[in-house]
Amino acid sequence: MKELKIQPIKNGTVIDHITPGCALKVLKILKIPEERSHSIVSAVMNVKGKRGKKDIVKIENRELDPHEVDKIALIAPNATINIIRNYEVVEKHKVVVPDEIIGIVKCANPNCISNTKEPIQPKFVVKSRKPLRIQCFYCEREPEDISSRVV
Amino acid sequence: MSFKGRDIVSIKDLKKKEILHILDVGEEMVPIAKGKEKSNLLEGKIMASLFFEPSTRTRLSFETAMKRLGGEVIGFAQPGATSLQKGETLADTIRTAESYCDVIVMRHPHEGSARMAADFASVPIINGGDGAGHHPTQCLLDLFTIRKEKGKINGNVIALLGDLKYGRTVHSLAYALSLFKAKMIFIAPEQLQMPKEVVEECQSMGAEISFEVDLEKAIEDIDVLYVTRIQRERFPDPEEYNKVVGIYKVDTKLLKKAKEDMVILHPLPRVYEIESSVDKTKHAAYFRQAFNGVPVRMALLALVMGVRK
Repeated sequence: MKELKIQPIKNGTVIDHITPGCALKVLKILKIPEERSHSIVSAVMNVKGKRGKKDIVKIENRELDPHEVDKIALIAPNATINIIRNYEVVEKHKVVVPDEIIGIVKCANPNCISNTKEPIQPKFVVKSRKPLRIQCFYCEREPEDISSRVV
Repeated sequence: MSFKGRDIVSIKDLKKKEILHILDVGEEMVPIAKGKEKSNLLEGKIMASLFFEPSTRTRLSFETAMKRLGGEVIGFAQPGATSLQKGETLADTIRTAESYCDVIVMRHPHEGSARMAADFASVPIINGGDGAGHHPTQCLLDLFTIRKEKGKINGNVIALLGDLKYGRTVHSLAYALSLFKAKMIFIAPEQLQMPKEVVEECQSMGAEISFEVDLEKAIEDIDVLYVTRIQRERFPDPEEYNKVVGIYKVDTKLLKKAKEDMVILHPLPRVYEIESSVDKTKHAAYFRQAFNGVPVRMALLALVMGVRK
């Protein structure tokens, strides 16, 4: 069973060091699996690592753009993206919180225009990275618990 | 410094020197605003006045400002008679209105609505209030009034009184006064005191801030008393509203302890917070303040439409 959990993939993307319990949220943010996609996706939760527990996500035969994956930094700030080709890690990238967060976090203010039927996506600007503080582009409120506001 | 084509969504969109320039241009507009001089500065220009929420002063003073400068006004004061009733989005209303006009002034119940409108429109958007969000032109006319009444903005002790938690005008005003490193006293019951993030921001800008619950204790130190209404519609919990409504009342008895030249401002409408007997005293400046909305908005309209630099 142990082998199954950490089985390497031949080609694709491995997202490692995800905050424990967040693997499914990560997949949701990355909109994985894609509709009609045949790539095999595995999510492993609460794996014991060198620095405690973590989650891992593996997507076979699909290379994600590392910067696209930066979106998950909001809920998994220590995550790393590994691009795998023929069982070898050919590219490694640590997630960085992007300057703007679009369509990932919902504004906590029920009276914000982004929570209405308007044709806009929720948009946040990053005010500080450590500690992480984001502000709604529209109503300028700051959500206190960011991970609970992930769409 | 260029204002042509600019959106005015929040007072934070303006630098201190830009604010001062608007006030200076506003000063030049006073004789026209009073009808003593004629102007055709905005002849051939059309302002769309889109008020999705009730307004007296903001809407009327914007429309007066436009007309005093020779411009035309289209729009609505209530959304009931528009396609919004049919379910049209604000984004579509804005894209339609912008093709009919040179500038849009709007008030809308949702926070962030003016920022969104500015993203969709190619003509300047002036925010006339977005829910509990911003009301930058109120802030500008407040600064204009303080300067006009007291000769300067800094160097005065300015007290903000009432609902400092939910009141949109006081957040913007506290920020703007901080640009001038003003001395401020925030007078409110504990549950309506100024939000921490606003206080921290003002302090980081160099404002000197103190807090008080009892207006009577602070009255003798104040140069400008800015009174606000405790607004029922901003309270998420009616219980909370009932506990604080009517807590402050400015009356002639209180004013006996005030400085001779202390002035009272209020964004209006007032309900119970200033007794009508105060209106006749030398302290009452709130109706002059309401008039000042006209020259300040004239200045802003002329600037964003690029007919005045």
